[in-house]
Amino acid sequence: MEVLAPGAIVWQVLRQFGPVWLGMLLVMGASFAWRHRLGTYGRIYESPIGIIGFGLVLFWLLTAIMADWVAVMDPFVQVRALKNEPPGTIDPASGLAFLFGGDSLGRDVFSRMVHGSRTVMAIAPFATLFAYMIGITLGLPAGYVGGWFDTVLSFVANLVLAFPVILLFYLLVTPEIRQTAIPGTMAAVFFIFPVLFVAVFLWSRFRDRPEVLWLYLLPVIVVGGFGYLGLTGLWDPTGLLTMAPNTLNVFLAVVFITSPTVFRIVRGLTLDIKTRDYVAAAQTRGERPWYIMIWEILPNARGPLIVDACLRIGYTTILLGTLGFFGLGVSPESPDWGSTINEGRKLLRIYVHPALPPALALMSLVLGLNLLADALREQTMRD
Amino acid sequence: MLAFLLKRLGVMVLTALCLTLVVFALVNLKPNLVKLAKEQTGSRITEQQVEVWLDQNGFNRPLGVRYAEWLGNVVRGDFGHSTRFNAPVSEVLWPRLWLTAILMFWVMVVMIPAALLLGILAGMREGSAQDRALSTVAIATTSTPEYVSGVVLTVIFASQMVGLQWFSGSATKAAEEGPTLYTFALPVLTIAIYGTGYIARMTRASMAEVMTQQYIRTARLKGVSFRMIVLRHALRNALIAPFTVIMLQFPWLLTGVVIVESLFNYRGFGWLLIEGAANNDIDLLLACSIVAVMIVLVTQLISDIGYVYLNPRIRVAA
Repeated sequence: MEVLAPGAIVWQVLRQFGPVWLGMLLVMGASFAWRHRLGTYGRIYESPIGIIGFGLVLFWLLTAIMADWVAVMDPFVQVRALKNEPPGTIDPASGLAFLFGGDSLGRDVFSRMVHGSRTVMAIAPFATLFAYMIGITLGLPAGYVGGWFDTVLSFVANLVLAFPVILLFYLLVTPEIRQTAIPGTMAAVFFIFPVLFVAVFLWSRFRDRPEVLWLYLLPVIVVGGFGYLGLTGLWDPTGLLTMAPNTLNVFLAVVFITSPTVFRIVRGLTLDIKTRDYVAAAQTRGERPWYIMIWEILPNARGPLIVDACLRIGYTTILLGTLGFFGLGVSPESPDWGSTINEGRKLLRIYVHPALPPALALMSLVLGLNLLADALREQTMRD
Repeated sequence: MLAFLLKRLGVMVLTALCLTLVVFALVNLKPNLVKLAKEQTGSRITEQQVEVWLDQNGFNRPLGVRYAEWLGNVVRGDFGHSTRFNAPVSEVLWPRLWLTAILMFWVMVVMIPAALLLGILAGMREGSAQDRALSTVAIATTSTPEYVSGVVLTVIFASQMVGLQWFSGSATKAAEEGPTLYTFALPVLTIAIYGTGYIARMTRASMAEVMTQQYIRTARLKGVSFRMIVLRHALRNALIAPFTVIMLQFPWLLTGVVIVESLFNYRGFGWLLIEGAANNDIDLLLACSIVAVMIVLVTQLISDIGYVYLNPRIRVAA
């Protein structure tokens, strides 16, 4: 079979990523030009580390969005002739080059790596967002009010944190658990928090002006309620929101592990910030507790929280990879990076090309997020 | 100090009870028990026969009663019977745990000096080019989970096609004949890399903070050389925070151990945990989880006590 030369492989890979380069050029070029007007986001462009970090993250984000254009072929198609063939082999039937070679089932490693970014980008940021909603909604009152509420919640958070992650995965992401009520109950508890958070957010501000409050609250309750019923699988007329059972399990397990950490961070920040003068001033004015928590304390905790969110998304990416690596991932056929590493490692000593691309892809994304967090930390510490 | 210790111990015991109860409940979910019944008696039995089998073996009693019974046995050192290995769990568990302890020992030997050195060199001159370069290295290692570094290291050092073939890609022999550099280098490095960056960053932050203290400035004004300031004055105070981090690293390393043991086929504790989970071996999985939970809690306790012991300024809030 015909095999492309290394130079030609590199050139073709760069060309496949064409739309991504274009997108990065547009986004980063425009942001760089107007960086002084873009607040915290614009500050990233002040340091080379920030630009590299954000570039890596944007690269994978755009790849995930445009995966269908970037990939050479369908990630699930098996071409038997190309089983374990080296990078650059051209499929005689279709004339398409397998840029990173074929895996043990004759699928295109390059296209699988490209499509694998979708799983990560679909789960990691949203799982982190949900964990943040839970962590903030519970961490603010725990830190601000304290008392038995704090004692109980801190104990539960420490309980979850003392749980070995890997054991929890093996217990929570199994086919057997899907037959029980546990995932449903967990979903019902976890997914209420974003709605609750936004509702409290609005209520604490507009409680004295019911006409404005309801103007905002009504759409939130309708949209949030719809999303809630859909995600928990109770009622989903459009069929858009229902997650595949295993995806739901993976999502819940990741949220479950991440939220106690966020809770502890928010609680710690609240304990620190509530001693400041502006909080005392708000208390003297007679502001209510929830107003102080959400409109005085939270905005002042945003710097460390944004930095931590970047790190947390990276850590969630690693957790998703771990799940895939142990075959507990989204589905056995799925091209997500953890699962492809797991498949590729079995023949690693003979064929190195199937495992290497997803491994390096995962590492570069996490590295990007960590560098971004580091740059943000330096920039926010400056003021 | 005694009151503090007792309180910590009480919380620890309570945590252990709660965690084992959760694990016990999750392992003994109905679908798992049905699967167990089918495995033990042959897969083609009817639902009624499953119920009969569960009744006969006492699996249908209330969860609380069975948990208490299990706990009583564990306290007496009886971990039950492993269906996967067809042997008492304690016979299987302890040798495997010992193998993992050997692995962990070497990981610590490699990881801690490397991480401390990295952190001290970066933190002693905050903001310098040396600091930036070393901090970026530390960030890069925290971005490399074990399943990535394991794959990359195997490709570089062990692959038969393109690799250097310096080390072996399998640690099975290390478990049977004792570790050698050839068989053990890759597993140890793989775990050490991921942990190094985190400890190094903590050390760096701690070191950078100490270097801004008044007594360091005094020492410098007295004319003490930079080298002596770092070694004699800064180091001792800068190492308190990393100590806690290193202790709290243990539970986190457990995931790494499980990944590495399955990646390099080293049949230790991590391998055992996977075997137990994959084969629905209830007693084995419970024993593994109680060991894992105890390791986490004991290291937390040691880290708390050590922190107070190392830093007399901290008032014990008992």
